[in-house]
Amino acid sequence: MSELLQFIISGVTVGAIYAAIALGFTLIYNATGVVNFAQGEFVVIGGMTAAALIGAGVPVPLAALLAVLAGTLAGVLLYRLAIKPARQAPLVSLIIITIGASIFIRGAMQTLFDKQIHRYDGFSGDAPLRFGGATILPQSLWIIAGSVAVFGFLAWFLNRTRAGRGIRATASNRLAAALVGINTGRAMNLSFAISAGIGALAGVLATPVTFTSYDAGVLMALKGFSATMLGGVGSPLGALAGGLLIGLIEATTAGYVSSDYKDAAAFVVILAVLFVRPQGLFGAKITERV
Amino acid sequence: MAGRSIGPGLRTFLIFAALVVIGAALFPSSYFYRVGTLVWINTLSVTGIVVLLGYVGLVSLGHAGFFAIGAYATAILPQYGLPSGVAMLAGIGGAALLALLVGRPILRLSGYYLAIATLGLGMLIWMVLSKEAWLTGGPDGMAVEGMSARNLFKLVGLSLKSAEAWYWVAGGCASLGAALAVNLGHSPWGRALRAIHDSDVAARSLGIDVARAKSAAFVISAVYAAVAGALLALANGYITPDTGGFMHSVEMVTMAVLGGASSVFGALVGALILTALPQVLTVLADYEHMVLGAIMVLTMIAMRRGLVPALAGLWARRRP
Amino acid sequence: MTKHAVAAGVSALALLTAAPALAEIKIGASLAVTGPAAFLGDPEAKTLEMLVEELNAAGGINGEQVELIVYDDGADPNKARTFATRLIEEDEVVAVIGGSSTGATMAMAPLFADYEIPFISLAGAVVIIDPVQEFVFKTPHTDRMACEKIFADITARGLSKVGLISGTDGFGASMREQCLAVAGDAGVEIVADESYGGSDSDMTPQLTNIAATDGIEAVVNPGFGQGPAVVTRNYAQLGIELPFYQSHGVASDEFIKLAGDAANGLRLPATPLLIPDQLSEDDPQREPVQGYIAAYQAKYGETPSTFGGYAFDAFHLLLDAIERAGSTDPVAIRDALEATSGMAGVTGVYSFSPEDHMGLDLSAFRMLEIRDGGWAAVE
Repeated sequence: MSELLQFIISGVTVGAIYAAIALGFTLIYNATGVVNFAQGEFVVIGGMTAAALIGAGVPVPLAALLAVLAGTLAGVLLYRLAIKPARQAPLVSLIIITIGASIFIRGAMQTLFDKQIHRYDGFSGDAPLRFGGATILPQSLWIIAGSVAVFGFLAWFLNRTRAGRGIRATASNRLAAALVGINTGRAMNLSFAISAGIGALAGVLATPVTFTSYDAGVLMALKGFSATMLGGVGSPLGALAGGLLIGLIEATTAGYVSSDYKDAAAFVVILAVLFVRPQGLFGAKITERV
Repeated sequence: MAGRSIGPGLRTFLIFAALVVIGAALFPSSYFYRVGTLVWINTLSVTGIVVLLGYVGLVSLGHAGFFAIGAYATAILPQYGLPSGVAMLAGIGGAALLALLVGRPILRLSGYYLAIATLGLGMLIWMVLSKEAWLTGGPDGMAVEGMSARNLFKLVGLSLKSAEAWYWVAGGCASLGAALAVNLGHSPWGRALRAIHDSDVAARSLGIDVARAKSAAFVISAVYAAVAGALLALANGYITPDTGGFMHSVEMVTMAVLGGASSVFGALVGALILTALPQVLTVLADYEHMVLGAIMVLTMIAMRRGLVPALAGLWARRRP
Repeated sequence: MTKHAVAAGVSALALLTAAPALAEIKIGASLAVTGPAAFLGDPEAKTLEMLVEELNAAGGINGEQVELIVYDDGADPNKARTFATRLIEEDEVVAVIGGSSTGATMAMAPLFADYEIPFISLAGAVVIIDPVQEFVFKTPHTDRMACEKIFADITARGLSKVGLISGTDGFGASMREQCLAVAGDAGVEIVADESYGGSDSDMTPQLTNIAATDGIEAVVNPGFGQGPAVVTRNYAQLGIELPFYQSHGVASDEFIKLAGDAANGLRLPATPLLIPDQLSEDDPQREPVQGYIAAYQAKYGETPSTFGGYAFDAFHLLLDAIERAGSTDPVAIRDALEATSGMAGVTGVYSFSPEDHMGLDLSAFRMLEIRDGGWAAVE
């Protein structure tokens, strides 16, 4: 019984990280229809910047804030320099742009920082908390709380604020949104900024557990993308659910079946879900206008 | 001048063949032949992506999996006694069969969902290749013994260096593959594919069996990838699981889009750029990735349909 | 008569004043400077660059300067093979050091046999030198030796039931296979066998299963990169008290930094690079080890890693061979390499032979234990 609890804790911890990344994907998709494959790099920017600052003696809260700001800035630059100039480009071209941007950012990380793996201490220390025969790291609680907070923020933002509703309108029909006076450019810019900030925050929170290095972004993006699609792209609840589900599948497969194929189990589940529900768990039903 | 002009397929073959010959005339050493071989092999696999993405409009982020099936079949089966050529065919057949079986359910998805499903498929293939070390040699890979291009040419009395021989083989296959793809595009079936590209519903209303057409395109593109994989395995004499990995799949799609996904010439240009550019950029050492990423972004911004259509457009505008 | 004399004089003058082409010895390297194995390739490249600079400043080999040509293959076997072709054909090197990963090494190996250029690999798998390929050598210990050393220590402690938790990367998977293969002869029984992905961030499920295995007495973690550090942290988090062994893949100060206090008490087989001040005065490795550390620290501001050490030894072996061969003919260099005997490097003392292109035995490995965040020899 305590074993199952340990597996669940493991699954929820990594799942929360995936969910945070997926929430970033979701926001940008909601505004621009683009799945931003550079999302993983924002996580790295957050982690590496925080690691560098903390290593240089900057107090943790300030370092965290600066790291998130660095990520946000990177997101704005990505939009301004790479996405906005390419407006009206076909979807596939936009995908390639984000991939190219991720390669560029990775190269920049490598020269700005270094190729080593980095870490800093957990915000509440590293002594594990024990209960029910299982253990959990205090940082895991920070990660889970962070992801839930991001989800809560996004749900509120997209539904209750003008800026958020503007973003959703832009994604739904850009022309119509512009016609009713929504500043679509600003909406898209904002979505990239917030999304990057979310990614950087995920990196800052996760680094004590996952470590960070200049090329950690690729796999982060992959997991985040998988979580987004499993949950249904465009739905914040889907992103949260997708991330947690993938984390739990990985942990329970490693624990009960075979650690060799734990990643495979996640993909099998994704394929199975999509065969039955082609729009993901919580995604909007896909309609094709003729 | 009255009379029949040569068909688009044959024309494509001749242009490609001419490029192969020009390359051979210019190359001073085995190193160039080696890079050239890689360019042609990549062109072949990306031609399959052009059929899937350019003609029909389906994004697959898992095609490297089919590439790897072709490669590994060529590596593994000869160890059980199968002659190299038969192993190759088995690999191609296996990839085609998998594409047929898995294609039906997967192709009901669209857009990003199709992308993640194909990604998942590619990842599963990659994982099996990495973990089953008893069969595949594991993440470190395995050696490939098989047909050598040199021997092929010796049969007709020509003595070539290994790298040269492979260049001709790869170039020949790529030219043939391109010609077939172009013929496909100009056939009624090809037009059906383009109709689907515009709209599934509209195509269906014209009486096109959308599911079957998509499935056929999927299988054909898988075959292209598998042939390219088999060639690479033999040319390298060694194969590792990351030929089936996510990054390779992304690379294949990137080559297609960069060059222009709607034509096989786009496949060639994209393959040329992404294969040869890293060789040229080695002088930049640490800055290589930044430059590569920047080039990709700027190219897509400036030429959003890819290089070939953009250059073709420029050329068209030159005429008075 | 005078016309001929003048002509002769002018020609002689022309020959004398024509600057002699600076005879340069070219050495090539294809390393994983970036990418997933940058952990390995980056220090290797840095070490080679530093050594070549030092060498040229001291006058080169027999008065000839050495040019080092490094390509970054990112551990991609395809790229490695292309760069190897480029090094041999375009850059016309006399020898190649490289192949940070086994995949890259094995993809390049056939070329060196074809072109008859000596190649010293920096990768770990035993398959590189078993069966012996005429022109392929390697400097790191084989993963098989690491298993043997670890198992010897385990049985010396009176234990025999061992659990494995391995990374699925090439290094981890290959070493796991070797451990499974040599376990029986070493008197060890493998009772648990789990794995994890190289970028995974939580291995508590696997470790929970291992800890729950009946009668388990020790745990071994083949792997490199960040995985073992995560495993080590999880190990402490779960409160597992069993003796814990890492592999030489994490023999670096980096590992202690990442794993923190959790690393205290674990053991691993490593090179003397980690215990420079604990080497006795008559240890032949003391001088190369201390010299390397001082030079690397001075140039790059950080301590060198075991992987850089592999490159250090490869370079010195090559240098030694070129000097003994008295020529830069690749085949002569290879013959001289094969005749290397008792050359003390930072990894061990090397003696090659036609049947042994690895050159080290188990004594080159020192069993180390991490105590108070530092390394201590276990003897």
